[in-house]
Amino acid sequence: MSAPGAYLPDGLPAPRPEPDGLSAPYWAGLARNELWVQRCAHCGHWQWGPEYLCFRCHRFDVGWERVEPTGRIFSWERPWHPVNPALNGHGPYLVVLVELPGAGGIRIVGNLLGDPMQPVRIGAEVDGVFEHHRHQAGDYALLQWKVRG
Amino acid sequence: MERTLRGKVAVAGIGETAYYKHGRSPEPEFKLALRAIVAACADAGISPHDIDGFSSYSNDRCDPSRLSAALGLRELRYTGMQWGGGGGGVAAAVGNAAAAIAAGLADCVVVLRALAQGQFDRFGRGPKVDTVSGEFALTWPYGLMSPAQRFAMKVMRFMHEHGGGADAQRAIALASYHHAQANPRAVMHGRPLDAATYDASRWIVEPFRLYDCCMENDGAAAVVLVSAQRARDLPHRPCYLLGAASGSNHRSGAWSHNAPDYASASFGPVAPRLWQMARLEPGDVDVLQSYENFTGGVMLGVVEHGFCEPGEVDAFFALENLLAPGGRLPLNTSGGNLAECYMHGLELVLEAVRQIRGTSTSQVAGADVSMVIGGPMTTPVSSLILGSQETL
Repeated sequence: MSAPGAYLPDGLPAPRPEPDGLSAPYWAGLARNELWVQRCAHCGHWQWGPEYLCFRCHRFDVGWERVEPTGRIFSWERPWHPVNPALNGHGPYLVVLVELPGAGGIRIVGNLLGDPMQPVRIGAEVDGVFEHHRHQAGDYALLQWKVRG
Repeated sequence: MERTLRGKVAVAGIGETAYYKHGRSPEPEFKLALRAIVAACADAGISPHDIDGFSSYSNDRCDPSRLSAALGLRELRYTGMQWGGGGGGVAAAVGNAAAAIAAGLADCVVVLRALAQGQFDRFGRGPKVDTVSGEFALTWPYGLMSPAQRFAMKVMRFMHEHGGGADAQRAIALASYHHAQANPRAVMHGRPLDAATYDASRWIVEPFRLYDCCMENDGAAAVVLVSAQRARDLPHRPCYLLGAASGSNHRSGAWSHNAPDYASASFGPVAPRLWQMARLEPGDVDVLQSYENFTGGVMLGVVEHGFCEPGEVDAFFALENLLAPGGRLPLNTSGGNLAECYMHGLELVLEAVRQIRGTSTSQVAGADVSMVIGGPMTTPVSSLILGSQETL
């Protein structure tokens, strides 16, 4: 079940960490209202999505670092056609690709909260909003975005 | 020794089944594949017993051992599957087959693709699952699930960086539908499209309207490749492979839309290798088939192959430039994925061969250099160039 006020309807696939835990620090962080992404403990390079090794220095014990959930819109789209039964009859919504200047410019996908027909400006500053969901397979949180100001 | 495929391998035959709307094939996928292969062999004047290899892409389900048994091949020598989904690998499948022939691994390799979606799932719908892990856990819960949604984000960024693009997308769609009206094989034959209808069509995901998105279809297509030497004794005007290249840019597959060269079809490092092998440049191309998963992808792929600057797409893709016979660069002359058939782009290779033979329903007079750009943004991507005897 979604929390009251979730951006999209119930029934979209619920995220689960892989059995080997590759992305577990990310999902555990979101559940605590924190954003954690990979940063190599050896060479300091940021990388996203999560991977088993650092693509720059090839060390396997890539670290994680907490970053502020603030960024700017790098690109966006407004889906209209429902691609999942949960979206039938829902109408348009906004998906944004957010660049995190505080984390080496890595990018994260989320929804842009507010009116789905609002004009969207690439480069606009956005702040993260943690959206908590209950689910039979395990509760989880998503990271959504709202335009600053 | 120069390492190249240029002029070493030729297309001996092409074949396809009737093309159907998705789910409408009266026959199963494997039978469609057999029909296309037998037709391509008949076109080549070669017995199916002489095939000794199969090459495909996009995880084609037609197992080469079963194909080999069904067709009674004397022996099977080369089997190759190009990694990657969609049509990104269509030109690579031809290149891989040609490489096998040029290297002496096989003599007669069939490139094939078959689709019967009544038997299997649609591509354009999001998957119906309760939970998701890995790459897609970072996008699906936000309602970013389909190929259209995955690529709209790139095209939106391209439009932001360079300006324009909406007019180019419209012209690309109109060109495909225009050419399909001359092509009786085309699923959209007899269903013309005009600009007003395009403009009034619904959004699938901004910036893609309905007509910016490919069809999904049933059918099969096959191409028979042999050595250049052998092709000279076969019935058709020889059609040689001048170049093939595939791959993708640095970290193009980074999850959650983290490709560094983001607003791109990922042909950045691929296209220069294609031109180098073919010893040609964009101005030499007489006719282009460019895979339309989405019209915006055509725009990106054509830009990255150097046909025009990214800031001038709306002028370059003016409709009159794209139409056979007289356009500056006739595009998708069979109707392509939008209006002939979504055979994951192999129908584009067949059409490129027809242009060299002079048998297209929208023929470009005297076409000697005929190019195919495979599925843009669907990495690894690939492209190829075919040429007549005069280009060798």
